[in-house]
Amino acid sequence: MSSANSITLDWEGSPVPCVEGDTVLDALLRAGIPVPHSSCLVQARSGPVPAAAQQGLKESLRAQNYLLACLCRPEQDLSLAPPGQGVRITALLTERDWLSDTVLRVRLAPDESLGHRPGQYLTLFRPDGLGRSYSIAGPELELHVRRIPGGAMSNWLAEAQPGQAVTLQGPAGDCFYTPGDPTQPLLLAGAGTGLAPLYGILHDALGQGHQGPIWLYHGALNERGLYLTDELQALAAQHRNFEYRPALLDRDGPLPEVISRDHPKLTGWRGFVCGDPTIVNLLRKRLFLGGMASRAISADAFLPATLK
Amino acid sequence: MHIKTMPTLYEVDIFYRKVLLDDRINGFFEGVDMDRQIAKQKSFLTMVFGGPVSYSGQDMRRAHAHLVARGLNDTHFDAVVENLGASLAELGVAAEVISEVAALAETTRADVLGK
Repeated sequence: MSSANSITLDWEGSPVPCVEGDTVLDALLRAGIPVPHSSCLVQARSGPVPAAAQQGLKESLRAQNYLLACLCRPEQDLSLAPPGQGVRITALLTERDWLSDTVLRVRLAPDESLGHRPGQYLTLFRPDGLGRSYSIAGPELELHVRRIPGGAMSNWLAEAQPGQAVTLQGPAGDCFYTPGDPTQPLLLAGAGTGLAPLYGILHDALGQGHQGPIWLYHGALNERGLYLTDELQALAAQHRNFEYRPALLDRDGPLPEVISRDHPKLTGWRGFVCGDPTIVNLLRKRLFLGGMASRAISADAFLPATLK
Repeated sequence: MHIKTMPTLYEVDIFYRKVLLDDRINGFFEGVDMDRQIAKQKSFLTMVFGGPVSYSGQDMRRAHAHLVARGLNDTHFDAVVENLGASLAELGVAAEVISEVAALAETTRADVLGK
């Protein structure tokens, strides 16, 4: 254990000595550890994180014990890691069912907890090493997989049998609910399987007793692109503060415009936007122009597999 | 002068939102990444508030060259300065301070427009 003037840091399992008055960055650099980010962002796995080391960080990053190595003067031993790597575990596929013509729900039982927040994502690896990233749609490991014609992973998952073992790495991403102000109005918007993280965030917010209004917009080209409609309508009937708004391009027009019509002013709101990068950028801009603060908008843009 | 040297994110938001809503100039911001753009607006505001900057006139030239090629000119520069003034006025900054800020912004005109 440490005395007042000798603190030991742990970097991914290796000890790093830290002299009193050093910042974490000083200690890492002296130990020859290349700090992974120009922003000097690292993640604490255990140990108390001094508040000063989280100054200016988003609430979602603070909640995951991120800290700025250049600002952190540790007072006690700290165990640290590069940002966003998560853990690597194995899991069994327990259940799969079709939520629509093209969206497959996959449920997984991990052999140890991933420690995720609903709305974050993980990377799933087949036994042959092929990996794809998916958002986590709830407190349990539930994924919404869009079947892509010729898609190696989605077609494999569509055929995989319960009991199939896979490897998971994660969690990653900062698109998740943080209690903060339980009366703040929330706007959740996404298209396609962008619903997966939003569904997770919605359940998390309702489960944590969020009292402010929650609006969920799910955009699709037409009726066939929607899924979980019965579940969402049931939730809306059950929770007075929750509104479910499916938005169909061929009936209602573009999703950002549907939102603008319902909510011309979004000052003071918090937003979550998920889906492919084009729609995510349009939605972010729309929410921002509506008056939402830039840092109150969490975005998760799904990149095509080749870019990940 | 020095109202202070670092803008808050709230102030950056107010300015960037005005720029994006201004049809004279928002075409230049189509499809750009919001996070990166907000970081750039923040360093721009830091500069015009009289704070420390980490880029040179040459950097400014290089960063705007593709926009100059797309027709960026004095009227667009004027529109940005106008939005800057309107943002500061909305934030309750005194008129004489706003003119000092505008004068500092003016020092970047030649570099931004590649003159």
